[in-house]
Amino acid sequence: MRKLVILGAGTAGTMMLNKLYNALDLNEWHITIVDKDETHYYQPGFLFIPFEIYSRRDVIKPKRDFFPSGVEVIMSEIDRIEPDKNRVILSNNRVLSYDYLIIATGVRVDPTEIEGMKDKLWYKNVFDFYTIDGACALRNFFKHWEGGKLVIHITEMPIKCPVAPLEFAFLADWYFTERGIRDKVDIYYVSPLSGAFTKPRASAILGDFLEKKNIKLVTDFNIARVDNDEKKIISWDEIEVPFDVLVTIPTNKGDEAIARSGMGDVLNFVPTDKHTLMAEGFNNIFVIGDATNLPSSKAGSVAHFQSDILFENFLDVIDGRKPTAKFDGHANCFIESGFGKGILIDFNYDTEPLPGKYPLPAIGPFSLLEETKMNHYGKIMFRWMYWNFLLKGVELPIESQMSMAGKRL
Amino acid sequence: MPVKEILGRQIEFDEDGHLKNLNDWNEEIAKELAKEEGIPELTERHWLVINYMRQEYQKVGDAPSIRKLTKESGVDTKELYQLFPKGPAKKAARIAGLPKPKGCI
Repeated sequence: MRKLVILGAGTAGTMMLNKLYNALDLNEWHITIVDKDETHYYQPGFLFIPFEIYSRRDVIKPKRDFFPSGVEVIMSEIDRIEPDKNRVILSNNRVLSYDYLIIATGVRVDPTEIEGMKDKLWYKNVFDFYTIDGACALRNFFKHWEGGKLVIHITEMPIKCPVAPLEFAFLADWYFTERGIRDKVDIYYVSPLSGAFTKPRASAILGDFLEKKNIKLVTDFNIARVDNDEKKIISWDEIEVPFDVLVTIPTNKGDEAIARSGMGDVLNFVPTDKHTLMAEGFNNIFVIGDATNLPSSKAGSVAHFQSDILFENFLDVIDGRKPTAKFDGHANCFIESGFGKGILIDFNYDTEPLPGKYPLPAIGPFSLLEETKMNHYGKIMFRWMYWNFLLKGVELPIESQMSMAGKRL
Repeated sequence: MPVKEILGRQIEFDEDGHLKNLNDWNEEIAKELAKEEGIPELTERHWLVINYMRQEYQKVGDAPSIRKLTKESGVDTKELYQLFPKGPAKKAARIAGLPKPKGCI
């Protein structure tokens, strides 16, 4: 029997499990998946919770619903990987040996990286919305808030889903307008980047949206600390931004088990070949999703496109051939812009987001870099696709490689 | 591509305003680029960071992030911002003759 171990049963790990389960002969393969949490979270839904569009129960399902039978499921923390011995040590000291390993341990937020962030105002006036608890605490806060300075803040790059903080700003504008108190809420968007977004053309367009919605943009802000007494954030060069409520995206880091294994960079991301998705320096370890150090976005769509590439390369490698499929950095993001509309962007390592139609050239139905109602329906429909197709490894009618067809230069 | 004359030489820049050709760089050019960034004089501490960045770039093909800089160059974050006010990673990369760090996605 050959042994495949998958670490992490989030979006990326679950997709890979289902794809490979259908392709490998179970008389020859023993497949094991390890995760510490019984619950699968639909993370794109966290964004909607503070604004009472989704509730907790809209974004959770048991992980076991998505595991095929005949697969060994272990619910445990991972202590470390010993790649030179081809084995994984779990926190209960159990040892899993493998022939092939897929690392899909994801990313988490760590507010303790910044002085004063997780302090006495945490979940009172300082919140994150990248965790279910943060999103729910923020919903409870907003419900009775009567207005003031709302500061939306990114600590440092890279972050999971780099468009989510922008969407949060747009949805906040909409939510407080509907509540009739938009004139009492000052919204600030504070970023370490030099613009609204990372890619130049999208940054200019999204920056215009911020201005139109009267959201003030503060750029090049690198936070040093949160002052809990005076309620302000202070940068390394002593610029201060006061807040009544701070919604921050804390530092994003890979799993601590990666650090314990000596396999990570300074943020615990695993150095990964940007095309083959194999861990650098190993010929039997693949890495997928947020756990990689790749210069692509950390997002579900990216993990999905990677899963097609990893699948092909995995089947090559186990037959003793060279991996031939190449990941191109493809990302595809629906950006909620409020008032029932959305913007869509589609890009890869080399091509920044461009205007046009997607996925069918000239037809769409989605419009790239434009605000439409159809784009918003795409985002809402996506949750259903996610639970019913994506996680189960069912083919979606979109290409994993980015296409220039339908895009305008 | 914009071309600027520095110290009597025609130097090409990329669209981010960083040197197009690594080989155009030398310490005199670095001093001129520093002046453009509002740093009148490069001290020993500045050079420590600049040289570290150039070494890293040659090793991994990308300029290091602030986090990596502070962890490995021997200069802490506070001082880094004093040396290169505003965006130290970007500014130091420009003065070191390197392209803008890819780091952010």
